[in-house]
Amino acid sequence: MNSSAEPLLDVRNLSKNFAAVQALKDFSMVVRPGEVVAPAGDNGAGKTTLIKAISGVYKPSSGEIRLRGEPVSFATPQEARDKGIETIYRDSALADNLSIGANIFLGREPMRKAFGFLPVLDRKKMADAAKSTMALLDFHVNRMEAPVSNFSGGQRRAVAIGRAVYWDAQILIMDEPTAALGVPEQRKVISLIHQLKARGRGVIFISHNLQDIFAVSDRIVVLRRGVQAGERKISETTHDEVVKLMVGG
Amino acid sequence: MTASIPQAQPASTHIAPQADHAGSALNWMQRIANLRARLFLAALIVGFEIWARLSFGGTFILNPFNIQSIAIFAVAPLLLATGQTFVIISGGIDLSLGFIMGLAAVVAAHVINWATPGMGFPLAVLFGALVAVLVAGLPGVVNGLLVSRLRVPPFIGTLGMFGVARGVAFLLAGGTTVPVRNEFFAAIGNGKFLNVPYIVIITAIFVVAMHYVLSQTRFGQHNYAIGANARAARRAGIDIKWHLLRLYILSAMCAGLAGVVYSARFSAGAARAGEPLLLDCVAAVVIGGASLFGGSGTIFGTVAGALVIAVIQYGLVFVNVEPFWQFISVGVVIIISVLIDRAQRRFTGGRIDE
Repeated sequence: MNSSAEPLLDVRNLSKNFAAVQALKDFSMVVRPGEVVAPAGDNGAGKTTLIKAISGVYKPSSGEIRLRGEPVSFATPQEARDKGIETIYRDSALADNLSIGANIFLGREPMRKAFGFLPVLDRKKMADAAKSTMALLDFHVNRMEAPVSNFSGGQRRAVAIGRAVYWDAQILIMDEPTAALGVPEQRKVISLIHQLKARGRGVIFISHNLQDIFAVSDRIVVLRRGVQAGERKISETTHDEVVKLMVGG
Repeated sequence: MTASIPQAQPASTHIAPQADHAGSALNWMQRIANLRARLFLAALIVGFEIWARLSFGGTFILNPFNIQSIAIFAVAPLLLATGQTFVIISGGIDLSLGFIMGLAAVVAAHVINWATPGMGFPLAVLFGALVAVLVAGLPGVVNGLLVSRLRVPPFIGTLGMFGVARGVAFLLAGGTTVPVRNEFFAAIGNGKFLNVPYIVIITAIFVVAMHYVLSQTRFGQHNYAIGANARAARRAGIDIKWHLLRLYILSAMCAGLAGVVYSARFSAGAARAGEPLLLDCVAAVVIGGASLFGGSGTIFGTVAGALVIAVIQYGLVFVNVEPFWQFISVGVVIIISVLIDRAQRRFTGGRIDE
């Protein structure tokens, strides 16, 4: 990766306390355009706290988050989303009974005027956007009106990623995006992440599976009990070294 | 854990819904399931027609009087069921609708009687109808606040409001029926335009408007999304609390309109106007193709469901069968309808346990 590029996301000295428990302590990391960064660590190391602080679910106790150099602070996840930070949850957040297009536009549906006065949902716009967005991700859909419950787990995750792409998310936080998928489906998701890289997006990739992390990430940032225990380029490290960092060997 | 993941595949991937692979048999299954209320309706009409011809040589459905009677039968349950459709699609249920209808009928009767001397016939009716529908909205506000803010399960919250509305309606009515002294109101309740009763016309217009709200607006779209996956809807930025509040007010106002129509038809308001209709309206929604788990259903499906019930009720009387068979027939139709729904979900990839 081009390590001289201006960071998309710059997390500086972030701390988060829950009463007496310090879940995150002076944590720093950067994500550059077209880069996949994997925060890794054992259960309870602070991965979830970190992504929730970045995505606006938690308010950090101290520290700073900069987006393209500008300090930001989010009161709600919606504010983070408006600034281009989108989270893809592991239980993909789709309404199963709606089409791909309706899911992409969920909560911000486009309207048009029928007969010149009656506001109605613009289903054609939704379908067209769905088609072009999914094509962008190299997924070609033939039945646009089918509810997403008709699609497989990997396809549904692609829809969630497509929604983020359509709304021009710059940073995608992916929480276990390959969990509970079959191997071919996992491959599709991995290839989607490569698509996102190619489009200059930044990806924060959370996984319990080191193999997954090594397959897609550019850098790995190890967390241990809330502190940054080390940072390595994937090309310059090994499973063993990362595990040692994680458990403090 | 998973096997190692090979590097990205640049190969393009083709998505086809799984139902496509499964062949056309499943598509048929899905189509039949979606249209089941209409198929029931057609089968019932044909069945009663044959029965009528064989047993006394008359016609059932070709007789305009019968059509009219069935339509009038269906009006009140359908108005309740329209609101119930919205609530059931959102994953809830509104048990208070029957007595909200009674409350509105009593309020309409009182207000019209009170206003008629001062305002004259038509204006008093308009005023009384408006007040009744607004008053009906109040229990809807309470239902909505209970469900959205205090997270009371809809079944319990609206059951409480069922009791409250019932008691208030009987208190307002003084434990009896309230006759309305307004000829214009009675004319609306019993008059016809080109042989179509006014109340059927009013109901048809209202139902089409509600179909528009459900299928063409953000409110309707969010209703489906909340019913299928409330968490996803919240993550997508939908204000669920505000939506649920408006939803229960809407359903209560549908019941309010049903109460006004009732008191017009009988020139009287009665607290128990909607008592027998509550379960009929849930039945109409379910027969019409909605799932009690939320997320599916349509207004026109509910119309067909309400007509199925009306045809059974009227048809059995018409062919001279003891009226108690109505309950059995409607019950059997509900069960068959739900079985079709389950089978359809199992075979088409939709998940059942959500």
